[in-house]
Amino acid sequence: MADPILSIRDVSVTFDVRPQGAWPWTPSLKLHAVSKLSVDLMPGETLGLVGESGSGKSTLARAVIGTIPHSGGRITYEGRDLSEMTAQETRRHRRDVQMVFQDPLAALNPRMTVGDIIAEPLITHEPDTPRKQVKARVAELMEKVGLLPNLINRYPHEFSGGQCQRIGIARALIVKPKLLICDEPVSALDVSVQAQVVNLLKDLQAEMGLSMIFIAHDLSVVKHISDRIMVMYLGCPMEVGLAKGVTAEPRHPYTQALISSVPIPDPVLEAARERPVLEGDLPSPLNPPSGCVFRTRCPKAQPSCAQARPDMDNVAPDRFVACPFQEVEKVLADA
Amino acid sequence: MALLDVSDLTVTFQTNDGPVNAVNGLSFDVSEKETLAIVGESGSGKSQTAFAIMGLLAKNGGATGRVEFEGTDLLSLNKRQLNKVRSNQIGMIFQDPMTSLNPYIRVSDQMAEVLQLHKGLSKKDAIAEAVQMLDAVRIPDAKSRISMFPHEFSGGMRQRIMIAMALLCRPRLLIADEPTTALDVTVQAQIMKLLGEIREEFNTAVILITHDLGIVADFCDRTLVLYGGQIMEDGPTGEVFADSTHPYTAGLLKAVPRLDRDTDSLQTIAGEPPDMSNLPAGCPFSPRCEIARDYCSTRPLVLEPLGEDRTRACHASPAEMKQEMKVG
Repeated sequence: MADPILSIRDVSVTFDVRPQGAWPWTPSLKLHAVSKLSVDLMPGETLGLVGESGSGKSTLARAVIGTIPHSGGRITYEGRDLSEMTAQETRRHRRDVQMVFQDPLAALNPRMTVGDIIAEPLITHEPDTPRKQVKARVAELMEKVGLLPNLINRYPHEFSGGQCQRIGIARALIVKPKLLICDEPVSALDVSVQAQVVNLLKDLQAEMGLSMIFIAHDLSVVKHISDRIMVMYLGCPMEVGLAKGVTAEPRHPYTQALISSVPIPDPVLEAARERPVLEGDLPSPLNPPSGCVFRTRCPKAQPSCAQARPDMDNVAPDRFVACPFQEVEKVLADA
Repeated sequence: MALLDVSDLTVTFQTNDGPVNAVNGLSFDVSEKETLAIVGESGSGKSQTAFAIMGLLAKNGGATGRVEFEGTDLLSLNKRQLNKVRSNQIGMIFQDPMTSLNPYIRVSDQMAEVLQLHKGLSKKDAIAEAVQMLDAVRIPDAKSRISMFPHEFSGGMRQRIMIAMALLCRPRLLIADEPTTALDVTVQAQIMKLLGEIREEFNTAVILITHDLGIVADFCDRTLVLYGGQIMEDGPTGEVFADSTHPYTAGLLKAVPRLDRDTDSLQTIAGEPPDMSNLPAGCPFSPRCEIARDYCSTRPLVLEPLGEDRTRACHASPAEMKQEMKVG
């Protein structure tokens, strides 16, 4: 088996939060955004991250690109630990791992032309590239993502949301990254445009052999684009497995709740489907529940759940579940 | 008789580039206790339709046509008369619960204000009734939480407060403009369940404006598909979904990834949502339509009845459309 391109081992990310009206000597509160999470990403694979807001998906992505330091565990990219990289290695890592952001317009500098926006990473990472070649690369990328090259001198506000997202993708791909992190790339787009961007990402990935981490709260989009899915809740992994398996036969109570929350655009199926609704809100990450973090909302919770955090057990081939009471439950009716 | 009868509603905005029509001759009605979904992409005019009904259009916008609510034309009312109808008869829930609540004012005061103004209750009675309403939308410990500020509630709780506020005067019609777009799926499921219960409990008709076809399938009796400010297709939800007769509806349904199906590649609708300042004279969808004929962009679109309770606006007949798009 090939070596993973990215290996995350017991990684935690904590933020210091000053309590309201705190004295200077009051200790800061620790906010656990990600706690003891492990996952591997193989070359050419797409890993989908799903979970409610506040589950730590974006924080994990930012720890992987190195913009947020992780406080525990190891993140290894191509065999090298992120925190032990030399300056040269860090530059290579920053170039190899690129990101596409959620709000397509906000992620683009309004005072730069599209050509300059797309060219910027290339000029940063390869300052010696001749101007002419930069321009050719920009034109090539624009064509690849489905933008007409004659739009090169326009400004971001002249484009629609879908086109802006295409610009963001072109900017991420111009330095030929090996790993692309997409943080909710289609949540802000209309349904018809969303399908265009999802197909584009899928095609580009196959064409360029990219590995991808795809973050979204929309399970149906994640299922469609990912090879494997990791379901997160309050910074902890709940279930990891192949995309089809996790959605067709979810084992963790939280995954089951998530899937039953997603409405399916078919009135007949919807009428036939029983949809238990998960009550309550996400608990505060400043003060997460002891033991299993999901127990406060879990329909299967037992007193023992409060004692220790359940391990990720390999309960089936390619499936890891952090719940001792896990069992297969078909939440979706057969189509 | 229909509760709300909208006929030939046109919303026009005066902009620096000349007048722009956001809604073009829209006609529909809502019966009592009915749930109508208005579906469409951004720029389809679905929110402006709601704002026109409520008299909440921006300063540079104007509405023509008729919006009859139980026989009175809302568009001809002055502000004072309209204020009576709003909240007493029609309530509205907005998309973003944080920006629609005043961050400086306690929830209790915001809610009591509605009742003091519209029903002339004393503040004490008003707050007591507001607490009851918060109980009705399942906010735990409403009595003590009502004196909190909006930012002290989570997104889902804030949306519950919005719903409670819209219901305070027991409106006959509730307009919900993308009520769950800003929320997580699990919270969305909670809010939709709540809206369903509220609908039964208070006997209100609901207009649900959304772009999420899943919610429509789950929640609505009738579906109205809008594009470029015009009706593309209208009918009972089950029929529109199972047997869509418009290329736009069929395209939308195929573009949504579904959790219960495995597809390698999503079918897309080419192009971008419409530019309302530059619509074709004929069908607004024709530039993106895969079965468009040459005359589609010039010949005006007519809304034709189909069967008993459906209408559609397309130059191709349902049979032609199904054959060419390979659906059904």
